[in-house]
Amino acid sequence: MAAAAAAGPSPGSGPGDSPEGPEGEAPERRRKAHGMLYYGLSEGEAAGRPAGPDPLDPTDLNGAHFDPEVYLDKLRRECPLAQLMDSETDMVRQIRALDSDMQTLVYENYNKFISATGVHALLRKLQFLFELPSRLTKCVELGAYGQAVRYQGRAQAVLQQYQHLPSFRAIQDDCQVITARLAQQLRQRFREGGSGAPEQAECVELLLALGEPAEELCEEFLAHARGRLEKELRSLEAELGPSPPAPDVLEFTDRGGSGFVGGLCQVAAAYQELFAAQGPAGAEKLAAFARELGSRYFALVERRLAQEQGGGDNSLLVRALDRFHRRLRAPGALLAAAGLADAATEIVERVARERLGHHLQGLRAAFLGCLTDVRQALAAPRVAGKEGPGLAELLANVASSILSHIKASLAAVHLFTAKEVSFSNKPYFRGEFCSQGVREGLIVGFIRSMCQTAQSFCDSPGEKGGATPPALLLLLSRLCLDYETATISYILTLTDEQFLVQDQFPVTPVSTLCAEARETARRLLTHYVKVQGLVISQMLRKSVETRDWLSTLEPRNVRAVMKRVVEDTTAIDVQVGLLYEEGVRKAQSSDSSKRTFSVYSSSRQQGRYAPSYTPSAPMDTNLLSNIQKLFSERIDVFSPVEFNKVSVLTGIIKISLKTLLECVRLRTFGRFGLQQVQVDCHFLQLYLWRFVADEELVHLLLDEVVASAALRCPDPVPMEPSVVEVICERG
Amino acid sequence: MEDDAPVIYGLEFQARALTPQTAETDAIRFLVGTQSLKYDNQIHIIDFDDENNIINKNVLLHQVGEIWHISASPADRGVLATCYNRTSDSKVLTCAAVWRMPKELESGSHESPDDSSSTAQTLELLCHLDNTAHGNMACVVWEPMGDGKKIISLADNHILLWDLQESSSQAVLASSASLEGKGQLKFTSGRWSPHHNCTQVATANDTTLRGWDTRSMSQIYCIENAHGQLVRDLDFNPNKQYYLASCGDDCKVKFWDTRNVTEPVKTLEEHSHWVWNVRYNHSHDQLVLTGSSDSRVILSNMVSISSEPFGHLVDDDDISDQEDHRSEEKSKEPLQDNVIATYEEHEDSVYAVDWSSADPWLFASLSYDGRLVINRVPRALKYHILL
Repeated sequence: MAAAAAAGPSPGSGPGDSPEGPEGEAPERRRKAHGMLYYGLSEGEAAGRPAGPDPLDPTDLNGAHFDPEVYLDKLRRECPLAQLMDSETDMVRQIRALDSDMQTLVYENYNKFISATGVHALLRKLQFLFELPSRLTKCVELGAYGQAVRYQGRAQAVLQQYQHLPSFRAIQDDCQVITARLAQQLRQRFREGGSGAPEQAECVELLLALGEPAEELCEEFLAHARGRLEKELRSLEAELGPSPPAPDVLEFTDRGGSGFVGGLCQVAAAYQELFAAQGPAGAEKLAAFARELGSRYFALVERRLAQEQGGGDNSLLVRALDRFHRRLRAPGALLAAAGLADAATEIVERVARERLGHHLQGLRAAFLGCLTDVRQALAAPRVAGKEGPGLAELLANVASSILSHIKASLAAVHLFTAKEVSFSNKPYFRGEFCSQGVREGLIVGFIRSMCQTAQSFCDSPGEKGGATPPALLLLLSRLCLDYETATISYILTLTDEQFLVQDQFPVTPVSTLCAEARETARRLLTHYVKVQGLVISQMLRKSVETRDWLSTLEPRNVRAVMKRVVEDTTAIDVQVGLLYEEGVRKAQSSDSSKRTFSVYSSSRQQGRYAPSYTPSAPMDTNLLSNIQKLFSERIDVFSPVEFNKVSVLTGIIKISLKTLLECVRLRTFGRFGLQQVQVDCHFLQLYLWRFVADEELVHLLLDEVVASAALRCPDPVPMEPSVVEVICERG
Repeated sequence: MEDDAPVIYGLEFQARALTPQTAETDAIRFLVGTQSLKYDNQIHIIDFDDENNIINKNVLLHQVGEIWHISASPADRGVLATCYNRTSDSKVLTCAAVWRMPKELESGSHESPDDSSSTAQTLELLCHLDNTAHGNMACVVWEPMGDGKKIISLADNHILLWDLQESSSQAVLASSASLEGKGQLKFTSGRWSPHHNCTQVATANDTTLRGWDTRSMSQIYCIENAHGQLVRDLDFNPNKQYYLASCGDDCKVKFWDTRNVTEPVKTLEEHSHWVWNVRYNHSHDQLVLTGSSDSRVILSNMVSISSEPFGHLVDDDDISDQEDHRSEEKSKEPLQDNVIATYEEHEDSVYAVDWSSADPWLFASLSYDGRLVINRVPRALKYHILL
């Protein structure tokens, strides 16, 4: 304002001639005065003494206390207009002169100006140094540690350099004290650790800048990080809880991932940033740190995963594992040396293996469950006239139930190989998991175990009681046979399609597995034949052993047990027919059904078969030839069966009739006893031939029974064939 | 020389009973009893001439009835016991008696077989084992290695121990025991253990095996459900106490350690029908013979549970220099059990098999049609065992 007024020439008033007025020296003094003013020093101070007019006169244009208003007032009051005009002109001229003087002065003293600015800066620096202790103190008090450290950093070198100068030395000492306090406070803050990792990192950064020993800080940094991470671990552990409800596994791994793994990542990142200068030793320290805590984390995760044993659904588990694994891949890059990613992959693999085992168990249990259902269905009392579920239906149920379980298991374990899952591209999941795990371990393993379970029914000690219902044996046999013919190759194709097997591990060929299934089916069916044969055998044996054949009466009927044998055989035929095809029979002679007792005595005389027996003395030789004929064909009584109804029935009937033969040979028969055997055998002949592959076999065995009975009879008078026929037709 | 070829001998009648002449240790001799309801029954004394591969026979009449079981005294070559059926008044009773054969037949007279039928001689009855109170006799067994004075017979559910006195002319019932239980219990077979000073007998009834102490006539062990079906026969391992073999209608042969009655040591399932007979070889107990109504005889090598599981161990005394290195060569691994041979010479059910008491490498089998077959252990195996 003042300058403007001074500069701005007011009309009507020129610059008053200064009382001293000497034009010559005025510019010089003004310049001086200006220069002094520039340096903020009053003219008096600079000149050292008052000069000229009263320095306090406000109207002195060159005075220090010049007041333009007062000056203008004075001019207007004291001067006439002309003088004012002159003053104005004079003032303008003076201003112009002053300006040019100033310019000249600046030009002339340019270098001086410049050097004076340098001094100024230096002074400012000095001032900074002198103020440093107080500033530091202030910063520390305010908690502006960063600022304080920056100040200290700026000053340190200079102070170091000039510490031989006492004044600087003093400053340095002060600063050191303050810095020590600062460091202490930083450490304090660092230790309190309440703040998150970023602030801590800042602390460390500052402390490092303060020149604290990096190694120690490193330790301390890690110790603090450990404290924080351990807290995370503890909270995770608490979630494991001795007693559920724990959060579900996905939530758990999420928490672990964001809490612990996230924290670990931060620590690692900060550490690497802060302590990069530490080189490999520092990195190793970090790796060891991460390894140790990581392993504890893994232990917790594994404990949690171990609680996930139940259930057939893997989706939640796989998602949890995915999160877990994915999360650890981030620090995996930073912490390659710690091998956390590898360890995580291992855990995932282990879980995958366990799941495979679990599913295998599940399938086994499902199979056993099916068997229990079948047993119950078989044991359920039959309502008269209303059939329960037929064997074929039960078989279909079992087959479809097992197949759907297999498919469900495949789908469940397939999740492990889904593309979006982070670990599915690991070598294990691309190779071994598919081939050795799923195909061999789960599917082949299950089929094998199924066969074993089925076979175990053949080895059951309860042969006598027949703890296993024969129908179950039959059903299992058919199931295994179906597996051999179709199901195994279907399942394995399905598996191979879903799990593109890429590795070189040898896998069980379909043919091997099929052969095993077929062998199982064969053993089961053979066992079925034995069990059913035994049932009928026992009836026949009891009927022979318990009867007094010497004092029996003349036969009038077929004994009830024979009817029972035929009934049971028919029932077995129906039962087997539900599951097995008919099979082939040898071509039958046209009169098969009409064959009667005459078969034994007359009609067989032609052909290569010798007559069976006649009740005369040379009977022994007849018998011998008969026996030779029989055993030249060598009937294997308990022989492997083929997979058809006729073969099964043939086996059962062979066993039964052979038992009858052996039992008859242990008894002694009276005449009527022999005749009863005749009647019984004829009855069996009438009804059993239709069940077997080669009816000749039934004839041979029954011939043999009658012949043996005749041999065991001191008075062998056979019954007339016609009478035998009549009795048998009467039923 | 076709040394391994079987030698076959045919009887005119059905037959189930076969025994080696136990007291005879030089000549190979078997006794066979026939079963005929119409003709006089016979005991054929079968002499096998090992060198010439010829069978010589002598026939003794056994007129009291058809023979179901036969056993020879371990002390006297001329003494034997039979179980036979006696039919009277529409009743069949199985009795037992001790007999003596004519002196000149004891060591086998080598008359021409042609005249034997005309010169058939009769057995001399020594004594009856009175079973009127006990029921049907299933079998008679002699005390092994004894003086031929003690026998045990099984009659229905009774086990009877007899003392033969006055040159076996009198049988005194020394002690007895009975099976009690529901149902009609009936012994099917029994054997006298050669171990424990011959104080143990084992019996079979239905599916159960039982051990008895002959001193107290009390049961010492019981193997319930030893077989799934009827047990037909059993035999003691002659060299290994506690071990016995059993066979039955479940087509199986089982080997037991009587100290553990819950599980058999081993089970064989090679036959396709009931196994009627099982016999350990007297010297080499790995050799086990079985006969079955599938009309086969099977010789098995049960070396892993034998007294020589590592093969033949040469006694120190016997070791000559040459044998030294041979014994070293022997593998000390337990050998594999296997079926040595299946003999198919029979065409009817085989009800009896037994080893010769004179030649440990020779055995006989008898089928119902009266066919007796003499076979030898394959030479290769014989040398393998011996060397």
